[in-house]
Amino acid sequence: MTDLPVTTEVGQGAAAQERPALGPWARALRKLVADRAAMGALGLFVLIVLACLAAPLYATYVANTDPFTSNIDGTTMVDGQSVALIEPSTEGLGLGSVPLGPTWDIRNYFLGADAQGRDVASRLLYGGRNSLLIAGTSTILCLVLAALTGLIAGFFGGMIDIVISRLLDVLWAFPIYLLAISLSIVLITKGFDIGPISITSGSLELPIFIIGIVYVPYVARPIRGQVLALKESEFVLAAIGLGVPSYRILFRDILPNVMTTLIVFVPLMVAINMLTESALSFLSIGVQPPDASWGTIIQDGQDLIYTRPMVAIAPGIAIVLSVLALNILGDGVRDALDPRAKLRFR
Amino acid sequence: MLSLLIRRLVQMVFVMLGISILVFLIFFATPGADPASRIAGRNASPEVVAAVRASFGLDKPLPVQYALMMERLFITRDLTSFVNRGQEVIPEVMEAAPITLSLVGGAAVFWIVGSIAIGIVAAATKGSLLDRILMVLGLIGISMPVYWLGEMVNLITQNRLHDTWLFAWVPPLGYTPLTEDPWTWFKTLLFPWLTLATLYIGLYGRVLRANLVEASHEDYIRTARSKGLSESRILLRHALRTSLIAFVTLFGLDFGALVGGSALLTEVVFALQGVGKLTYDALQNLDLPVIMATVMYASFFVVLANALVDIAYATLDPRVRLA
Repeated sequence: MTDLPVTTEVGQGAAAQERPALGPWARALRKLVADRAAMGALGLFVLIVLACLAAPLYATYVANTDPFTSNIDGTTMVDGQSVALIEPSTEGLGLGSVPLGPTWDIRNYFLGADAQGRDVASRLLYGGRNSLLIAGTSTILCLVLAALTGLIAGFFGGMIDIVISRLLDVLWAFPIYLLAISLSIVLITKGFDIGPISITSGSLELPIFIIGIVYVPYVARPIRGQVLALKESEFVLAAIGLGVPSYRILFRDILPNVMTTLIVFVPLMVAINMLTESALSFLSIGVQPPDASWGTIIQDGQDLIYTRPMVAIAPGIAIVLSVLALNILGDGVRDALDPRAKLRFR
Repeated sequence: MLSLLIRRLVQMVFVMLGISILVFLIFFATPGADPASRIAGRNASPEVVAAVRASFGLDKPLPVQYALMMERLFITRDLTSFVNRGQEVIPEVMEAAPITLSLVGGAAVFWIVGSIAIGIVAAATKGSLLDRILMVLGLIGISMPVYWLGEMVNLITQNRLHDTWLFAWVPPLGYTPLTEDPWTWFKTLLFPWLTLATLYIGLYGRVLRANLVEASHEDYIRTARSKGLSESRILLRHALRTSLIAFVTLFGLDFGALVGGSALLTEVVFALQGVGKLTYDALQNLDLPVIMATVMYASFFVVLANALVDIAYATLDPRVRLA
């Protein structure tokens, strides 16, 4: 800052005249960029996303494995010696088997093998793609649904509002995991098919759909509250007085004003959806094999927790880092856009 | 106050009705599979499926099916599992409930004490290194999947460091009833409590700190300060009191949600046979009657808890009553 040219007061005045005042978005962006913690978190998150996107590159060119076919009888070279990927257990009755532990060699079973002799490091990256994809798309689904219901309920009021609000009350009081479990258990075997919406069982769309729906009330309620307040504001009353059609008022006058709230929700929603996805996958009602996600890998590691803990530790750390980064970023976005916003999910 | 009470209770009944209809529709009217074969469980014989169809009245219209289902859940309470043949479901849920209550109740003690301590210390040292460390720790607590944290705790206390003096006293996973052996009950539940409490200590500690900092700008705090009261007295006797109102609301909602199913993951990891573990086991072998029963009872508990919180809130804070 010190090496900026010092301008006289006259010069500053002239500069201010030339350049119009910053809009609210630019000001918020500037504030966010100046927030070092938030930028660090963003950097970390981008790195995680890039690493996961590079999963096929890593599996093909670095680790030379196919992380989706089981390789129980396989062997690999460690320190010039050939070792089996799955060794019979020497502990207890010797009935179990123990997969290869971490070699800490980035080209060869870096984090060891899982119970089926598959490379844990490659699976971690592939699993991350699904975890990120599900968390991201379910966030979009949730925010779109919540914005629509919140806008419609708040703006039109009357019977529509009563019906939507009561439905949201019911959904809100329904414990999230129980709702997700109920939906999953019914849909997991046969899938879902109503008119244009068709979801096959075992696909990634199913967890996206379920996670996208369960959090709608948490976003729709504050949006509805804001719309109720905006409806009484002078510029909306003026628009109504001028005879502007409702849909135009909704999208041109009201939506831009609730946009900040929606944006503040994004990083926090992605974080919470990621935790929910991993929990559902851990309960075996989220991502279905052969697909993997961080939650399913932790579940794979549950049986190996005392012998090969790395299978469960690594995806857990990946989740913690991603969610932590998103939470810090979310705090930064909130401080930049709407410091008074009070958001809460659980 | 009375009108608020009545209004809230009417709303509660409405929400319960809504949830029961929603659960019913999810299990009986979702397009895709035949509900009879779903309820009968995996690999059920045609005879069992036919028996299910008859006993649930699945050939009758939907409203009749709904009424039959509610009757079996809440009035006759003779809903039986088809996977574990003849096992009555409702007594099973009732047996599991004390375990879930032990887990959540104990964790609640830890998270209240822990988060109040963290919130006060962080607010008192606002801007310092200690404040920042506490807030980052809180954020890490919020960011950890609870079941993963539980597995890590098990890895250390049950396996890696179990043979050292640190954790040799930790009993194997499982549950010992309080009435049988209070000391073992405490020892088996200590780590599940701490695991479950971690998230909420972080969450509540951060919320409380924010509320305390916000309160410090209020007029009544300035008044207290100008009266010459000590900083610790201002913080503990004046700021903390108002901040705790929001705290109580959060607590009620979370306690209800945990008993109503969110404790499931902790129960699974620590092999505690609570309501959540019951649901999980039923999930593994697609035992629908058990899931219907736990979902219905647990969500009713949550709705009841929410109503009680609102009423408590109105009693605590006169402004709510007038609104």
